Amino acid sequence: MNYRNDLLPALLGILNFALVVIVIALFYLLFGNNLVETYRNQPVPMERQAYRPGSGGNGGEVDQDKVVDGIHVQTGLIYAEGFDIVRGTCTACHSAKLVTQNRATREGWEEMIRWMQASQGLWDLGANEPAILNYLAANYAPKDIGRRASLDVEAIEWYVLDMGSE
Amino acid sequence: MPDKKVTGLHELYEKDPIKADKQLWGRTSDPVTRRGFLQKGALTALSLALGSTMVFAEHFPAGMIPAGLAYSDLPFSLPGKRAGLVVLNDKPINAETPPHLLNDPLTPNDLFFVRNNGIPPENVDVANWTITIEGESANQKKSYTLAELKAKFENVTYNLTLECGGNGRSEFNPPAKGNQWSTGAVGCAAWTGVRLKDVLKDVGVKSNAVYVAYYGKDTHLSGEAGKVVISRGVPISKAMEDESLIAWAMNGKDIPVLNGYPLRLVFGGFPASCSGKWLSKIVIRDQVHDGPKMTGQSYRVPCKPVAPGTKVPNDEMCIIEKMPVKSLITFPKTGATIKKGSQLPIQGKAWTSAASIETVDYSIDFGSTWKSCSLEVAENRYSWQPFSAKISFPEVGYYEVWVRATDAEGKAQPMLLPGWNPRGYLNNACHRIAIKVS
Repeated sequence: MNYRNDLLPALLGILNFALVVIVIALFYLLFGNNLVETYRNQPVPMERQAYRPGSGGNGGEVDQDKVVDGIHVQTGLIYAEGFDIVRGTCTACHSAKLVTQNRATREGWEEMIRWMQASQGLWDLGANEPAILNYLAANYAPKDIGRRASLDVEAIEWYVLDMGSE
Repeated sequence: MPDKKVTGLHELYEKDPIKADKQLWGRTSDPVTRRGFLQKGALTALSLALGSTMVFAEHFPAGMIPAGLAYSDLPFSLPGKRAGLVVLNDKPINAETPPHLLNDPLTPNDLFFVRNNGIPPENVDVANWTITIEGESANQKKSYTLAELKAKFENVTYNLTLECGGNGRSEFNPPAKGNQWSTGAVGCAAWTGVRLKDVLKDVGVKSNAVYVAYYGKDTHLSGEAGKVVISRGVPISKAMEDESLIAWAMNGKDIPVLNGYPLRLVFGGFPASCSGKWLSKIVIRDQVHDGPKMTGQSYRVPCKPVAPGTKVPNDEMCIIEKMPVKSLITFPKTGATIKKGSQLPIQGKAWTSAASIETVDYSIDFGSTWKSCSLEVAENRYSWQPFSAKISFPEVGYYEVWVRATDAEGKAQPMLLPGWNPRGYLNNACHRIAIKVS
């Protein structure tokens, strides 16, 4: 056997490198999922202050629990059973406006949750899911408006059109 | 799983004030308007956080949006946008332009609607912005800097209308999920850039090319690094049209951050979601592109008409490749009261994916009779066309003015809603405004 002594350091180097790679790979296999999870959005308990998109209000100045005419002022969500869970869960990722501007049946809301879980990184809602679906189905159900609704005359702000010299 | 780290503002600032400042409030923006944006964003963001602890670690990955957006009871301030836009969603940002703010011949940058799927990139380095062209049907992989694009290819400007495929969704019944656009996810601007086909030809397109698709630099709401927000495209024939642009300017100015600064695609006549923003990569595909929001039910309608409420399997949904004929009354704003005997001037815009708009008519008797509007000729295909009329009313009372455009293919707008579809696309029903004559 004629080893070349000058190759030995190189071989040792490669072995060392391989060892490091294996250790890193093992670490990733063992802890990788947890690490990735910590960088994902998670629900933030409502008793903790957090940035909540679409939460409205004046930050720390407005009472975060203020409810006027059945509407939670900060989010615009209807204040009803299940409100806390919905607020804590949905606004962790997106605006409450994405809830309040939509209407769907329970089945329709469930489809949206499944879609968010399949493609948008929403976590398993566990025991909260029925409560969330109950809230959404009860408070944001479709209205039957026919093939085309009348103009919302009540919402129109009437004004006198100034046509100058005409 | 390690404990979540809760970092207070003061703690963050104590450690590294400059870094904290940048992390928390330091959004960059269009260099031209950057200063104002920073000041405004910083003020509102700071007031939001006053007296509160920020659960920073948990939310950082998702990216903080300018916190001015979190106020629903203050006049809304979207960076680079004028007050008056109706904000449908603040994360991601989606805002529409009310019809009476679309009366300009070309939509000003600060009034152009915003339809974002993710979070726009921050700290855009224009000098080093590159676009890479690759894909199965590209002869080579090739990159260009913005400066190279401008220098190497003919610079062209077209007036192109962009309309979100879901514009008008709010009227569908049963309702469709998503942003409930009323009429305002549309605008027409003068876009300056290079022809996409010139760039594609420079790279070399194989004869088996089917689709051209984009990737942009926006980031996903979930905060998952590297997750593609949206990647759509157009058939190769559309990509090769003269008016299909890689654009860096809008009405002679930088494109607003929310609309794709510094570089985007612009395709008139297709759903605006095809016109990728914050453009960094184009792929020439040998198949129909299959990126996020290209497949399933997204931007697709039933291949065959269905009854309202029908569940349609994915394989019976077809990609939208044509926006329908449509028009809006942009003057006066709905709710005008006029005196009996005076004529009401109306103005508006009409657009189509066909060659041109042929006629625009109005009705004041709920569609019983129609009279024609005078219609301007467009400078180029896919531009909207202004129209106007003077209306006399026979009697005092409540009226609705309806307008109906007809395009060169003979297609006109319906008075009721067009075919229901699961995701609520392509509502081109006649626009209506209310008028009182007293």
